[in-house]
Amino acid sequence: MAVAAASGPVIRGSGLHKRFRTQAKDFVQALDDVSFEVAPGTLTALVGPDGAGKTTLIRLMAGLMRADEGQLEVLGIDAAADPQAIQDRIGYMPQRFGLYDDLSVQENLDLYADMHGVSAADRRVRYPQLMEMTALGPFTGRLAGKLSGGMKQKLGLACALVRAPDLLLLDEPTVGVDPLSRRELWGIIDRLVREDGVPVLLSTSYLDEAARCEHVVVLHAGKVLSEGPPSKVSALAEGRTFTIAPGKGEAPRQTQARLLDEPDLVDAAPEAGQVRVVTRGGAAGGLASFDPAPTPARFEDGFMVLLDRSAEPSGPNAGSAADMKLDHPPAGAQGEVVVEVTELVKRFGDFIAVDRVSFQVRRGEIFGLLGPNGAGKTTTFRMLCGLSNPTGGDLRIAGADLSRSPAAARQKIGYVAQKFSLYAQLSVTENLDFFASAYGLHGARRRQRIDWAMAQFDLGPVAGQLGGQLPGGYKQRLATAAALLHEPDILFLDEATSGADPLARREFWRRITALAGQGVTVIVTTHFMVEAEYCDRIAILDSGHVLAEGAPAEIRAKAVTAANPHPTMEDAFIAVIEAARAPAPQERAA
Amino acid sequence: MSGPPIPGLGAKARRVGALIRKESRQVVRDPSSFAIGVVLPLMLILLFGYAMSLDVKNVPIAVVLEDPSSQAAEIAASFQLSPYFQTRVTRSMTDAQALMLSGQVEGIVRVPQDFARRAAQGDAAVQVLVNGIDGNTARIVEAYAEAAVAQSGARVAAEGQDAGSAGGQATVESQLWFNSANDSRYFLVPGLIVLIITLIGAFMTSMVVAREWERGTFEALFVTPVRTDEILLGKVVPYFVLGMGGLLLCMGAAKFLFDVPIRGSIPILLGVSMLYLLVSVATGLLISSSLKSQFLASQVTLVVTFMPALMLSGFLYDLHSVPLAIKLVSYLVPARYFVSLLQTLFLAGDVWSVILPNAAILAVVAIVMLALTRRATRKTLG
Repeated sequence: MAVAAASGPVIRGSGLHKRFRTQAKDFVQALDDVSFEVAPGTLTALVGPDGAGKTTLIRLMAGLMRADEGQLEVLGIDAAADPQAIQDRIGYMPQRFGLYDDLSVQENLDLYADMHGVSAADRRVRYPQLMEMTALGPFTGRLAGKLSGGMKQKLGLACALVRAPDLLLLDEPTVGVDPLSRRELWGIIDRLVREDGVPVLLSTSYLDEAARCEHVVVLHAGKVLSEGPPSKVSALAEGRTFTIAPGKGEAPRQTQARLLDEPDLVDAAPEAGQVRVVTRGGAAGGLASFDPAPTPARFEDGFMVLLDRSAEPSGPNAGSAADMKLDHPPAGAQGEVVVEVTELVKRFGDFIAVDRVSFQVRRGEIFGLLGPNGAGKTTTFRMLCGLSNPTGGDLRIAGADLSRSPAAARQKIGYVAQKFSLYAQLSVTENLDFFASAYGLHGARRRQRIDWAMAQFDLGPVAGQLGGQLPGGYKQRLATAAALLHEPDILFLDEATSGADPLARREFWRRITALAGQGVTVIVTTHFMVEAEYCDRIAILDSGHVLAEGAPAEIRAKAVTAANPHPTMEDAFIAVIEAARAPAPQERAA
Repeated sequence: MSGPPIPGLGAKARRVGALIRKESRQVVRDPSSFAIGVVLPLMLILLFGYAMSLDVKNVPIAVVLEDPSSQAAEIAASFQLSPYFQTRVTRSMTDAQALMLSGQVEGIVRVPQDFARRAAQGDAAVQVLVNGIDGNTARIVEAYAEAAVAQSGARVAAEGQDAGSAGGQATVESQLWFNSANDSRYFLVPGLIVLIITLIGAFMTSMVVAREWERGTFEALFVTPVRTDEILLGKVVPYFVLGMGGLLLCMGAAKFLFDVPIRGSIPILLGVSMLYLLVSVATGLLISSSLKSQFLASQVTLVVTFMPALMLSGFLYDLHSVPLAIKLVSYLVPARYFVSLLQTLFLAGDVWSVILPNAAILAVVAIVMLALTRRATRKTLG
């Protein structure tokens, strides 16, 4: 089906440069001498943290931008000379889907079918296939704006596939998508490549997704760090990857926090009740006291080695993250109940978004709220933060009834939102200044709190930079620092690491762990199941109900089968949701 | 099965058709474009047509008839019969003053006791007291009273010399005078057409292209076989049609609601309106394509198209009486030429010496704007 000359590569880029003007005289180098190739019929991943240049590179391939320097050929066509010829033949899904919210599913599909000149006869064949593939059949009349995130993603994909393209480009197709929808999307992509032979190139910041591709281009700060099969990357960590059992009476994350202080360690992360570590130099010499067990290296491990090699000396300083100290740790006994949710209900008209949800969170705990898109996580979260009023039930935050004394309760809460919600046009100090006054801090205490935030979060080097122009990791730090200015007892993190660079994510969790250790209660939502491993307890929600609650080990135990004796958190998550949905078979099982 | 799409005009026409369908659906479904495209023009028509008239009509006044003579009664009757006034006749000044103070009348016309006697001597006078808060009404009441008295005096004088011969002439003169004061609708309605076409043509298109940029929908659309000119056509046609709808609405309102005559020929009126509509649509697209932000584009469009159409087109303020500098600036406002065309076509007829040069200017501007828009719209991001 692919018409591209079977002999040559589908995409060939050499020496690509692209830079953007940020301010009057400042430039950001998005792509810096990028060269790579994509072979016909393969699944290629473009992997890298936020700001690595992935989107810029994909836009160059789609003919939406021109490189400043270098050669780019797509399907044998020069992308700079004839972008239209490329656009006539490829399918493309941008990060923001490009769907028309005020058109229905069918109307969006029709529009793209008309754009691509798909004949009526071809549509009769293609539409049922697409509907079957995406399980959107029952929703053809629904406006695209009213679809859930996962369904929008699938509709975007269907629009890019209205006629079988010669090449499919997908820009972060799974960002912000829950594990279930993610698995369905991957099913579609896999079939396209294997059965229809369509070459697919996608960008992702999920490292486990890169591992399932045949070809991986690792991009970091506009440069290609590695290109080849994923095994080439994992080989870098071969013989240097170990698992360590947590110390007695310790949560894996506490052991991990201690391990990160070891000088010869590239990475340590809690996983399946253990801690997975990658060492810098071969054997686990310095770790002998932890009794490390060797384990096969994965793509993630090799990726951390790659990043570790390229990290500049002035990069995020893990040491200071571990030393985070609160001036006034929250008073009260560790283990006392600080958040108490009883029979919480939220209705929107006929629709029950949250249905009698109950749970408790104790002081110093990290509590994870997980669930697929539309499960009621965000609604629950908003009620906990006092941003939305419950229809029924009881909500007590740090001893205060949220419905009776919202102001008192809010004073005890810090909130880090999903999207960067600080002021992009204000500098780091101005942002902190503003939030300090918003929390009613003034005089000596205000100065002291801002100094604390600058020091504890290493914001000194970027103090004068505008919030909007900070690198991703610094944005995260600034947002967290702002949320902690008024020394809250409870910290809410709403998908705070979505799309963040793995190094920044490690550092972020290090600080969160340190805060929890000093008595701050943390409640998080996340789509990264590996992050659930940092939690002391998690609750899985679907259709407004709590389906499972407990320590990560207890949740994982629910998915143990003969075929899969050591399920990951993601396996467990999917098993729990599917078991709950099983009685009423859904169209979404793709 | 796939490969390059069907070449030639068929595929092109199909893409344009699909884009037009898409755009029309969005207009219908998006409450804000419905508000700007349909509700706002209707409000403007009603506002300008009924509420904002520069006329005086049905002004409540009191006529104090202190003189029982027939000549005095005639003056009172002329006020009573006039459509501009609602007249109450009283016998005493105190009654009239009470009405004025309680706000029931806007003015008092006092015909003094010796009116008939002094009229015979040639120096008859009436006293006019007007509520000065509304200066416009005050002036008109005053002028009417003066005219009524002069008319009555003239008739008496004429009757005295040559009974019943010259009276008619004096009447005609004053009628014309008052009619012209009452004709502001004749000027407002053509002006309204300019405003509505500017609103739909420029203001709406300035939002809808920027919206596609803001929502990121262009990014996916660009990576299809669609060409830039097709995207532009897909934007121009629906708003052109909508603008024509607004035009027909205004013309209907002009003819049937406000009784404004259309003295020129309808095809020419439609033709020049299409030219101006094209100018507006192209201006909106140009601003939108260049700025890519709905807020910025709508503000710029307001300042660049709507405000000049309101103030510098000769619709509200007569361009003959503005300072030279402003007059020179007004030549840069396309609405100015359209206002001349409309006023001529509505009130005078097919005056070719006005139509040809103005229409030619609009045609040139339309072509230039479309060419600039074509250049500003590219299938590239940043």
